Amino acid sequence: MSILGNRVLRREDPKFLTVGGTYVADLALPGSVHVTFVRSSMAHARIVSVDSTYAQAMPGVLAVYTNDDLGLPKFPTIMGMTNEAMTPPMLASGTVRYVGEPIAAIVAESREIAEDALEQVVVEYEPLKVVIDPVKARTDEDLLFPDAGTNTSFSLDFGGDETLFDDCEVVVELTLANQRVAPCPLEVRSAAAHMSEDGRLEFNSSTQAPHGVRDALATFLDLEPDQVHVVTPDVGGGFGAKGAVYPEDIVVGWCAQKLGRPVRWTETRSESMLGLGHGRAQVQHVRIGGTREGAVLAYRIEVLQDTGAYAGFGAVLPFMTRMMTSGPYKIPRAECASYSVVTNSTPTTAYRGAGRPEATAAVERIMDLFAREIDMDPAELRRRNLIEKDDFPYTTPVDTVYDVGDYHRALDLALEVAGYDDLRAEQVRRRTAGDVRQLGIGLSCYVEITNGLPDGEFGAVEVRPDGKVIVRTGTSPHGQGHVTAWSMLVAEQLGVAIEDIEVIHGDTDVVPRGAGTMGSRSLQVGGAAVNQAAVDVVEKAKDLAADLFEADRDDIVLDKANGRFHVVGTPALSRSWAELAEAAAKDGTALFAEVDLASPGPTYPFGTHISVVEVDTETGKVNVLRHIAVDDAGRIISPLLAEGQVHGGIAQGVAQALLEEVVYDLDGNPLTSTLADYSFISAAELPSYETRFTETPTPVNALGAKGIGESGTIGSTPAVHNAVCDAVAHLGVRHIDMPTTPVRVWSAINDAVTGHGTAKGGR
Amino acid sequence: MQIDITVNGTAESHDVEARTLLVYYLRDAVGLKGTNVGCDTTSCGACTVLLNGESVKSCTVLAAQVAGEEVTTIEGLALEDGRMHPVQQAFQECHGLQCGYCTPGMVMAITSLLAENPDPTEEYIRLGLEGNLCRCTGYHNIVAAALAASQALEMRQ
Repeated sequence: MSILGNRVLRREDPKFLTVGGTYVADLALPGSVHVTFVRSSMAHARIVSVDSTYAQAMPGVLAVYTNDDLGLPKFPTIMGMTNEAMTPPMLASGTVRYVGEPIAAIVAESREIAEDALEQVVVEYEPLKVVIDPVKARTDEDLLFPDAGTNTSFSLDFGGDETLFDDCEVVVELTLANQRVAPCPLEVRSAAAHMSEDGRLEFNSSTQAPHGVRDALATFLDLEPDQVHVVTPDVGGGFGAKGAVYPEDIVVGWCAQKLGRPVRWTETRSESMLGLGHGRAQVQHVRIGGTREGAVLAYRIEVLQDTGAYAGFGAVLPFMTRMMTSGPYKIPRAECASYSVVTNSTPTTAYRGAGRPEATAAVERIMDLFAREIDMDPAELRRRNLIEKDDFPYTTPVDTVYDVGDYHRALDLALEVAGYDDLRAEQVRRRTAGDVRQLGIGLSCYVEITNGLPDGEFGAVEVRPDGKVIVRTGTSPHGQGHVTAWSMLVAEQLGVAIEDIEVIHGDTDVVPRGAGTMGSRSLQVGGAAVNQAAVDVVEKAKDLAADLFEADRDDIVLDKANGRFHVVGTPALSRSWAELAEAAAKDGTALFAEVDLASPGPTYPFGTHISVVEVDTETGKVNVLRHIAVDDAGRIISPLLAEGQVHGGIAQGVAQALLEEVVYDLDGNPLTSTLADYSFISAAELPSYETRFTETPTPVNALGAKGIGESGTIGSTPAVHNAVCDAVAHLGVRHIDMPTTPVRVWSAINDAVTGHGTAKGGR
Repeated sequence: MQIDITVNGTAESHDVEARTLLVYYLRDAVGLKGTNVGCDTTSCGACTVLLNGESVKSCTVLAAQVAGEEVTTIEGLALEDGRMHPVQQAFQECHGLQCGYCTPGMVMAITSLLAENPDPTEEYIRLGLEGNLCRCTGYHNIVAAALAASQALEMRQ
């Protein structure tokens, strides 16, 4: 019987539950000194002077460094696509462009001394005009980088087909905000570094991509990659924001080199809220057109992406938004244009979904408005326009090729689990009765792209003479459970117990190559690489067994129930994995296979989420009653882990729809820079979820698996958003921007009922 | 200043600065790294430990404040025979953890919550965990673990 598809408990857990994980801040580093960063208190200003005289004189302070002391180059553009003038320096150079931007690094004997010294560094600023609204930034009236002559950091200037909507009986338009949110992994950024006796830079990093950190350190510090050894211990969450290398990481490595002492840095949460990249931050204008019978014929989205103060990964998020323009629908004509602009705010980056949730949010919200315009049930409108299962592979109007899917099946199952008709009947009852608490039902049909920036991955399997199996992987889990999942894959191929398998990740000396864990890529590429290595090692074992048995190679059988090899027809005479590994060792070799799997290309998970909410029309408070999630990520290897991924994604989606938003005032001061101010969602605001999987295997990889890491967020956000808007639609409310906080919902109802203007956010 | 605290049943005595928070006393002076720091505003609960059997956020307690008292951390929760405590067990069986960072605080908070109310409803658990944040699990399986642990503890008695 196959172990795959079974509910195997996590092998990682006992350690986490009995002594806790080992995160970077937990690592022993005797004699280490501590780095803290002087950060800008101004959103946009010229630095007149940085006076660290007093700080440098404090007992226990070793040094204070500014950008001039470092002499390190600026960060490069993202794949050559972003505006070269707008890449970040290591520390602020002449100008600060957001509150929280690092200006100087203080190194001290203890964290406490370093923090005390922070208050003794005097920075004199000359304020510059602050640009915080991306719409205003796009006018180029005030520039963040005068030399660039523009605030636009990246654009996809497609579309503009004037005839797009010509044959449409009905056209609906909407401008909506996909607000800026904070990823908030529970572990903040942290790094530790020291020089080894043989002169190598030893570096511990809380990252999603240890090899990326190694290569960045080597490049900036002018070292060969093999002179840098990165070890990533347990990582307390990343959600995309720890996929990038930050200036602070490089400065920590530089300090270790410069001072010849172990150096460590762990930011505070309040620093993290300003320093770790933010997510989303788009303003979207969408237009949809079709017939009164519910055939959608044309769709256009214009994206204004807030890049933050420098052009990093956030600038190119619209690339992914554009790829997913028309979602799961068969829309004959669809266009996407995007403009990314810099503003005086924390740079944006990938956050769970990274450009795809934004695409889904736009098309799903406007589908609801279109349904309303033609007086059709939103589920029926979706059913009439979903791509049919016989249409795959399906090429969309923006030339994205979806691999495989059965979108109707997911919609039908979600409606069935929800008891959709009964819910609508209850909604009618409450509306007719004029209940204070109105019911909202929101749908979201989605398709998304996983492994969207196709990289290959490394995987290796070695069987040792003691019978232990060593698996090495280039992926870098931070909660995903790769140790358990990869053990299952190898156990399945080799017929060994998962207890006999050790999975190694996150050490660049032991794992030579790796792209890391992001973009829901790990199973379909990293898992597939490990799986292939396991298949290869079985083949090698068969070669050895053929020699030992003096039998024909094709007659060798692996009995997976016992993990033993024999000649077909004579199972009594068999050899174990350990015996074959021993034989290999005697030959001076190892029973070993490694694979550099080329990227098999992206896959396209899909599904339907339904949210049921109750809105108190007197207070505007939203209560999520139920959340139904039907997700299809191809073949499910570990239902336990897959479900866990969906759960976490749903919570982050509900958080964006209802609560969370990074807010700046007009002077660029952050108003949500602590977890006391930022509405991080808690258990009290959420229900238990109703999750189901359909399984439509993809032909793209040998496992048939698609990514599952981000689907929950992508599917849930618009479902909840639509549910809130649906609950108050009959009162005359057309749209409420996310987050649908009580004050926004109450204002929207009040404006609609009293006929006063448009509610805030209801553009 | 010299501060004596009983940690996980062992008498500890360390010379620390007066401003030392309990969480740093535990992490740096005692050397127990299981208790994590997740914020600086007493919002996230990652640092939750038991003080005389009741949950507290150890980032908001000075070590000096609890001199002479008893503190239990995640490292001290397992049963005497080495088996996991029913709350720890339930977390593994229900997949109540992913990255593990909030986990020690969650486990301690739930242990305290169940001592206070051995037979809680789902709603009681959700409200009781409002001060413990998790970014990975969506809380679904943490709540399930708390419910499962309450049943396991009941059966044990």
